[in-house]
Amino acid sequence: MAKPGVRGGLRLDAHKERSTAQALRAASPAKTLVLPLDQHAGAPAVPLIKPGERVLCGQPIAEPGGTVSAWLHSPASGTIAAIEPRPAPHRLGAPSLSIVVANDGRDERHAESARAAFDQLSPEQLRELIARGGIVGLGGAVFPTAAKLNSALRVQDLRLLINGAECEPYISCDDMLMRERARDIVFGARVLLHALTAQSCVVAIEDDTPQAAAALEAAIADAHDGRIQLRRVASIYPAGGERQLITAIFDVEVPSGALPADVNTVCLNVGTAAAVAHWIRDAQPLTSRIVTVTGDGVLEQRNLDVPLGTPLAALIYDCGGYTSRMSRLIMGGSMMGQSLPHDDMPVIKATNCIIAASALDLQPRAAEMPCIRCGNCSEVCPAVLLPQQLHWYAAARDLDALEMYGLADCIECGCCDYVCPSQIPLAECFRDMKPALNERLAARSSADAARARFEARTARLERIESEQLAALAKKRQELTKKSS
Amino acid sequence: MLPALLTMVALAAAAGAAAALATRRSNEDKERLIDEIDALLPQTQCGRCTFSGCRPYAAALANGEANIDQCPPGGNATATALAKMLGHEPRPVDPRYGSVPARPLVAWIDESACIGCVKCIQACPVDAIVGASRFMHTVIAAQCTGCELCIPPCPVDCIVMRPAPA
Amino acid sequence: MTAPLPFATAPAPHVVAPSSVGRVMRQVLYALVPTVALHVVFFGPGLLIQIVLGVVTALAAEAAALRLRGKPLPPFLLDGSAIITAVLLALCLPPLAPWWLVVSGVAFAILLAKHLFGGLGANPFNPAMVGYAVLLVSFPARLLQWLPPNVAGFEPAALSFGETLTTIFTGMPPARFTWDAITSPTPLDALRTDLALGMTMGEAHANALFSAFGGRGWEWINLATLAGGGWLLALRIIRWQIPVAMLTALFVCASIMSAADPGEYAGPLFHLTSGASLLGAFFIATDPVSAATSGRGKLIYGAGIGVLTYVIRTWGGYPDGVAFAVLIMNLAVPLIDRYTIPRIYGHAR
Repeated sequence: MAKPGVRGGLRLDAHKERSTAQALRAASPAKTLVLPLDQHAGAPAVPLIKPGERVLCGQPIAEPGGTVSAWLHSPASGTIAAIEPRPAPHRLGAPSLSIVVANDGRDERHAESARAAFDQLSPEQLRELIARGGIVGLGGAVFPTAAKLNSALRVQDLRLLINGAECEPYISCDDMLMRERARDIVFGARVLLHALTAQSCVVAIEDDTPQAAAALEAAIADAHDGRIQLRRVASIYPAGGERQLITAIFDVEVPSGALPADVNTVCLNVGTAAAVAHWIRDAQPLTSRIVTVTGDGVLEQRNLDVPLGTPLAALIYDCGGYTSRMSRLIMGGSMMGQSLPHDDMPVIKATNCIIAASALDLQPRAAEMPCIRCGNCSEVCPAVLLPQQLHWYAAARDLDALEMYGLADCIECGCCDYVCPSQIPLAECFRDMKPALNERLAARSSADAARARFEARTARLERIESEQLAALAKKRQELTKKSS
Repeated sequence: MLPALLTMVALAAAAGAAAALATRRSNEDKERLIDEIDALLPQTQCGRCTFSGCRPYAAALANGEANIDQCPPGGNATATALAKMLGHEPRPVDPRYGSVPARPLVAWIDESACIGCVKCIQACPVDAIVGASRFMHTVIAAQCTGCELCIPPCPVDCIVMRPAPA
Repeated sequence: MTAPLPFATAPAPHVVAPSSVGRVMRQVLYALVPTVALHVVFFGPGLLIQIVLGVVTALAAEAAALRLRGKPLPPFLLDGSAIITAVLLALCLPPLAPWWLVVSGVAFAILLAKHLFGGLGANPFNPAMVGYAVLLVSFPARLLQWLPPNVAGFEPAALSFGETLTTIFTGMPPARFTWDAITSPTPLDALRTDLALGMTMGEAHANALFSAFGGRGWEWINLATLAGGGWLLALRIIRWQIPVAMLTALFVCASIMSAADPGEYAGPLFHLTSGASLLGAFFIATDPVSAATSGRGKLIYGAGIGVLTYVIRTWGGYPDGVAFAVLIMNLAVPLIDRYTIPRIYGHAR
C-alpha cells in the first residue's frame, strides 16, 4: 500500500542539513527582552505588572484578555523597563503593545507551588493548569492550547494527532526537538491524552527524518504506553498542514469551515507537546522555544533554544552575524515565511525559523506573464482548487465566483506559485482577496441571523395573537353557555 | 430550397418551445426562487421597498410585481445581484425608495432621555432592543439591522442612527 | 544593539521553480522538429519555406498588435507562442501553396484569433485552427493541392529548391509542369473522392498512395509526431488526458463503423495515422489556453474532438475534420469547465 501522503503538493529541496548538523544549544542571554501582548491568536493579553517592577524568570506578567487568549510569562529575571508599542514581527514591523524586560542576568526563578502528578488531576483541572502555562500552538498558528482542548470537550472517541511532519524547507526546529527531546514530546502526549480523555495518539513525522524517528520510537517504547504510535508520511510539501495530515493519517477530510474536532481529532505540534511537558512535569511555563537560524546570509546555521523576546539582531549576532551576501530576512520557511523589513524585532511564540537569505537561497520571480492555463497549479494544489480560475476571477473581483471556486479553502501554501510558468504571484493574489470575501461572508451570516430573529418574532406575535383569540373565543363560549 | 427552409423553421420552433417549457416553474420551484431571492436581500426588514419585510418583497419580485431597484439597504450591489438572478437590466437603487447608506448604521438610544415606554421595542422587527416597561431600553448594536423603524414611534425622539461599531 | 537594518521585503513564497512561458513553448518547438524533418524528406523543402514565411508574418503581426495595444514588446514577442502558431499552420498547408496563403492565414490567426481577444492566454479559440479554417473556407481548392510522397512507386516531379521557391512566390509551377502533373491528393482526400465515386474501401486502398495501414509517407510523419508528443508528455508539458481521449474516441468510432461495414468505412489504424490526427492530438488540441481546465474536462474535450473528427471526415464536407472539431469543442469549453469543477477538499460531493 502506498505511504499516506498529501494530494498534489511538491517535492522540494529541504535545505535542512546545515542547520541540523550541530546539537541544540541555548542562545546567549539578551540584555532586553520584548514581549508583544498579542503574540498569540485571540484577544491580546493584559499586563499584570507595571513599569519599574521587578520580575522573576517564569513569573506570569500578563493574563488572558478574553476567552480565547493566553498567559504570558517573563523569560528572565529583571525589571520591567516599559510597556509600550514596539515593532513586532507578526505585524511585519508595525508597532504592537509589548512588555519590555531588562534582563539582570541573575536568572532567578519564580517559585511554582507544588502540584500533584498530572494523572491525579481531573481532565478539567489539567486543562486549566495547561492554560496557566501560557501554552499556545508552536507550529506557527499560536492558537491557545487550552482553548483548543476545551473546544473538543463534547467529542466522543477523540484521537490526538501530534504533528511532527515538518514539511516546509529550511525549518528544522521540530526535527531537532524530536531528536533531542523525544521523551518530552511523549510525556506531553500522555498529559494531553489525559486532558482530552482520549484513547489514542498518533505522532506523525515525515519519512526523511530517520534520527527523529529513531528517537521517538525509543521514547514511545520506554513510556510503555500502548495508546501512542508513530506513523510516517511521505515528505511532500505541505504534508504537515493540519488538514492534509489528518487526511493522510486518518483517511477522513475535515469539512470546509469545520474544525478537526468535528472529525474527532485534535492536532497539536510536537513543540506544543514538549512545552506542555515542561510546564506540567517541570513547572516551567512557556518562556523559550527552539528557533532555526539558517540561510546563506548568516555565518553559523543551527538550531537554538531561545528565550522569548530575544531581539532577532541579537540572535543573528549569536550565530556569528550576517555574511556579506545577506539579502532578505524571513520569519518562517521559504514557502510561507514572512519577509521582515529589519531585525529590531523580538522572537515571539510563533517564531519557528529565521532565514537570513542570500541570492543563493532565493529564487526571484521573472517578469509576470499572462496565465496560459497550463494547469500546473491545479495539479499541485493540496486543497484541490483551480488556482487559474481563482486568479481569473480575482482580477475581476468577482466574489461570487471566488466563493464558488473555494477561495476560502486556500491554505496559502504557495505550491501553485512555485510551478507557474508565467511567474504569477498567485498566493499573494489570494491573500489579498480573502478579506473581501470574508467581509461578504460575514455580512451574509449576519443577514441570516437577522432573518432568523425576524421570523422568530413574527411567529411569537402570531402565537400571542392566536392565544388571545382562543382565550376570547373560550370566554365568549362560556358567556353564551351561562346566558343560555 | 423550400424543404430546407421549412426544416430550419421547424427546428427553431422546436428549440424555442423546449426553452420555454424548461423555464416554466412549478409551485415548488416558485418557493425555491423566492428563497433564493430572499437570500440576496440584506434582511433589514425596514419596509422601504413598500413591502412589509424582505420576504414579501422577494415574493413580489418572483411574481414580477416589483422592481429590482427598490432596496436601499442592499445598495447597488444587491440591485445588480437581483438583476443578474432574474435576468433584468441592472439598475442603481431608485432614490424614491430611500438613500443608500454609505456605511452601516445602527440605532442608539440616548439613555438620559429614555422614558421606558416600550414603543420602540414593539417596533423593532428583529428584537434588537432590550428593555421592559419603565426599565431602561438599549439597542444591541450587533443585532441592529439599521432599519430605522424604531425612530418614529419614540415619543421623546431619543433614538439616533450612528455608524456601526467595528 | 545595531541600528535597524532595512531589508527589502517580498511576499511568500520566496522560491519558485525556474520555469517560464518561453521554456514551455521552446519544448513544443523542439518536439515538432522530427515531424518537420520527415515532412521535408517525403514532400520536399516547400514546408521549410512556408514555415519561414509564417514565422516572419507571425512576428510582424504580433509586434504590430502589441504596439497597437500598448504592450511592451519583450517579453511577449519572443515568448514563442506566435512562432508555434505559424509552424502548426504551415504544417497544415500544402508545401507548394502560394506565399499569400500562409501569410494571410497566420496574420488572421495572430491578429484576429489571438490579439483581438486579449492576446496571450485570452484566446477562446485555437489561433492556428482559426487561421486554417478561414483559408479552407476561402480557398478550398488551393488547400487540396498536395504533393505525392517521395517513396518508391511514385515519380514525384523532382523540383529543385529554387523551383520550389519560385512556385511558392509566383503561385505558378515551373514552365515544364502543369499543376496536375506535380500535385496529388492526400490519402484522406483520395479516399473521400474514391468512395464518392462508388468504390469500396478495398478498391480505394489499392491506390498507390496507401500502404498497409496508412498513407505512404504520412505514416512515418505521424510516427515522428507521436515521438514528439511522447517527449512532451515525458516532460509534463502536456497532460495525457487530451491525446488519449481524442485518439481513443477516434479509434472507437472508426472501429465500430468499419466493423459494421468494412467496405464503406476506413479502419481505426488508418484514421489514427492519417491527416492531422496525431498532430492534432499532441500539438493542436493540447493548446492549454483554449482547452478545458480540469482533468475530467480534458477527457470530455478530447473525446469530443475525436468523435467530431471522425464525423466530419466520414459524413462532412471536408477530407480532414481536426480543425473544425477543435474549433467546435473550443466553443464547448466554458460549459465543460462549468460542469467539471473538481470536488474541493472538505466539500461534499
